[in-house]
Amino acid sequence: MTVMSPQPVTTDPAINPRRRVYRPNTKYIPILATLALLLVMYLGGLVNYENFDQPSVVVNLFRDNAVLLAVAVGMTFVILTGGIDLSVGAVISLTTTLTATLLQGGWPPLLVLPLVLILGALLGAGMGAVIHYFRVEPFIATLAGLFLARGLALFINQESIPIRDELWTTLSDMRIPLGETTKTTLTAIVALVAVLIAAAVLAWTRFGRNVYAIGGSADSALLMGLPVARTRIAVYTISGFCAALGGVLYTINSTSGHALQGTGTELDAIASCVIGGVLLTGGAGYVFGSLLGVMVFGLITTIINFQGDLNAAWTRIVVGVLLFGFIVLQRLVTRRTR
Amino acid sequence: MGEPATDPVLEMTGIRKVFPGVVALDGVDFRLYPGEVHALMGENGAGKSTLIKVLTGVYEIDGGDIRLGGEQVRIAGPLAAQKAGISTVYQEVNLCTNLTVAENIFIGREPRAFGKIRWGVMRKRAAELLKRLDLDLDVSAPLSTYSLAIQQMVAIARAVDISARVLILDEPTSSLDASEVEQLFRVMRRLKDDGVAILFVSHFLDQIYEISDRLTVLRNGQLIGEYRTAELPQVQLVEKMIGKELATLESLEDKAQRSRTRSATAAPILQAKGIGRTGAIAPFDLTIHEGEVVGLAGLLGSGRTELARLLFGADKADQGELSIDGKPVTLRDPQMAMKRGIAFSSENRRTEGIIGDLSVRENIILALQAARGWTRPIPRRKQDEIVDKYVKALSIRPADPERPVRNLSGGNQQKVLLARWLITEPRLLIIDEPTRGIDVGAKAEIQKLVAELSDGGMAVLFVSAELEEVLRLSHKIAVLRDRRLVEELDNTAGVDADRIMQTIASGATS
Repeated sequence: MTVMSPQPVTTDPAINPRRRVYRPNTKYIPILATLALLLVMYLGGLVNYENFDQPSVVVNLFRDNAVLLAVAVGMTFVILTGGIDLSVGAVISLTTTLTATLLQGGWPPLLVLPLVLILGALLGAGMGAVIHYFRVEPFIATLAGLFLARGLALFINQESIPIRDELWTTLSDMRIPLGETTKTTLTAIVALVAVLIAAAVLAWTRFGRNVYAIGGSADSALLMGLPVARTRIAVYTISGFCAALGGVLYTINSTSGHALQGTGTELDAIASCVIGGVLLTGGAGYVFGSLLGVMVFGLITTIINFQGDLNAAWTRIVVGVLLFGFIVLQRLVTRRTR
Repeated sequence: MGEPATDPVLEMTGIRKVFPGVVALDGVDFRLYPGEVHALMGENGAGKSTLIKVLTGVYEIDGGDIRLGGEQVRIAGPLAAQKAGISTVYQEVNLCTNLTVAENIFIGREPRAFGKIRWGVMRKRAAELLKRLDLDLDVSAPLSTYSLAIQQMVAIARAVDISARVLILDEPTSSLDASEVEQLFRVMRRLKDDGVAILFVSHFLDQIYEISDRLTVLRNGQLIGEYRTAELPQVQLVEKMIGKELATLESLEDKAQRSRTRSATAAPILQAKGIGRTGAIAPFDLTIHEGEVVGLAGLLGSGRTELARLLFGADKADQGELSIDGKPVTLRDPQMAMKRGIAFSSENRRTEGIIGDLSVRENIILALQAARGWTRPIPRRKQDEIVDKYVKALSIRPADPERPVRNLSGGNQQKVLLARWLITEPRLLIIDEPTRGIDVGAKAEIQKLVAELSDGGMAVLFVSAELEEVLRLSHKIAVLRDRRLVEELDNTAGVDADRIMQTIASGATS
């Protein structure tokens, strides 16, 4: 093509009255809302409770929610494509049970670690393939995965299995100093690194952008020649991997494995993503949003602990209310951009 | 029939494509030269879509030979077509509106350094590319913030940037208004000057004559001929497309002329007084009599559909009074309207009307069943009887009631939709853009049907973007402008397209 003379003509509003209904930060509204909520909750804690100003309050959020955070990272990928992964909680339980059993059986820990992570990824890949090639609803395919993984975990062992492996106990006791007084666990660091990697992948790689494209319109993505099959299977693989990683983090935190561990985690992860502004219909949201969503989750629990006289059920109640609020907010924001 | 001096960039000879029971393309030749806009013409079912799908690699041919730049090629799939230099932009924009303009142009081909997307470079290139097409857009804004027309041009920018040899535009103008079409044509002329070969499909003859250099006519899967657009009068073109004299259209003209004088003594069915809805349509008065065809004219977005939806209760009026048969009613939902004999055939037949996976019979029977309620299923024999009658009466093709509607052409889908409402025997039929995106022959048939229905005493509110059609059918024409009913005209001798255009342009109420 030869170069044509530049003569922009569309600046005339009369020619194109429907142009520019754009507000630059519409897409950041949900994440900013979550951030604001988080700050309000934190300030509320500061005002009401003694010792809430300790840095450990914030640092421990990551320690206590490392598993959920890892899972939410994978879930973010899946939800961004417009899918959902119900199997992650069960994959956690399978991972913890298998890890504990194998370590108890004397398998070398450096073999067990990659093995369980790969198993999680493979489970995810399998579900992704079923979803894509057989056009099964993600809800159904991952529900099947949930039963399968949970069943396998219960089949292996229904009891809590202690881990006495040296590597695991070392990792469990490891503390990473942050400044003078505060320390955090390895698991918190691992989960945070997962967030950073995911954010970079989503923002700066073709794969990441394809994830958003599929969430926007899978049909269009296909017609634009994007590798829809590969991408879709990959996001479930990532989710499976992240769930297995969450399982490993759990075994490190608690030096045990239990088949009933992780029950309901998939719902917590989905809720975190939604509270963090990831659109359930796909195509919009950020992994940092999911991070904020997990922190909201953690902060609610922390505040209830500080309060002391509140039932833990309040966590669920508050999360339920927030979910409603954020889903309505998403509706309003997307309606305005249309 | 002249030919440009250069060699064709695309040459298809003896293309044959057979589907079970149908020969969709029977030895069709097609040539496309660099730097021309070539219109592909034909009725629905003539083989246009099939030919385009062959070119884009969706279908494999059963015979014939495709040459691109002189070399024989086999187009194995959409990606292969793109690689070979053939890009397509469809009526529905196939982009991701949640992504930015720049991303939509470059996704899958983003400039990268060490695997990391170079956003700055990408935005810069996108802006340059759009500037060459005379478009000045904010490339980092989400595509959803722009109008459909702009989105389509972004799709074109993407297409020509990927491969600039052959560009297929499949009904790009169907949902654009006049100024947007103008803008699109400007872009097309730019590309043409750059030597891009453009295959253009449109149902608007005026557009064909404005933009195309040559045209190829297909009928029933066969090549009728290749012509220079300027040398082929419109009437002849239409004749070649439908293969019969314009008898249908002309006899219709008479009929409408005759019936235009008819409704003077008829009783009013529906009376609207000051009905309106904030943000949708300003308060208006409108009376529709028995056997009367009321045409709604106006530009895209002038409030035609909004007005129709109020009368059907699809949207709730927030002011004014509506009475049906002299009795005041408040239509809270479409069911209330249906109970009072009002039927509404939507403009959006794909998304709001037709259920593609159901058969013709099931689609037709749907509204009647809904009106009866699910506790009183219609016996199968009765269904077959009714459906047969309407398939014949509306000449729905193919005349197989058990075929999924998805497989029918646009015009026939529209007829199915009409049949659905007709069997409920409405007294007022609201039809929104029934002839959009369908071919000339089917158009004439639908117009004829409307005229017949009105002769039979049915009142029709006819919404259409085509003034000719409105003029031909209506007894009374309501002209809309900027979501306001600006004038109501009796369709008498002095009223013609120019008169209505004036009203639309000036908004004068006389």
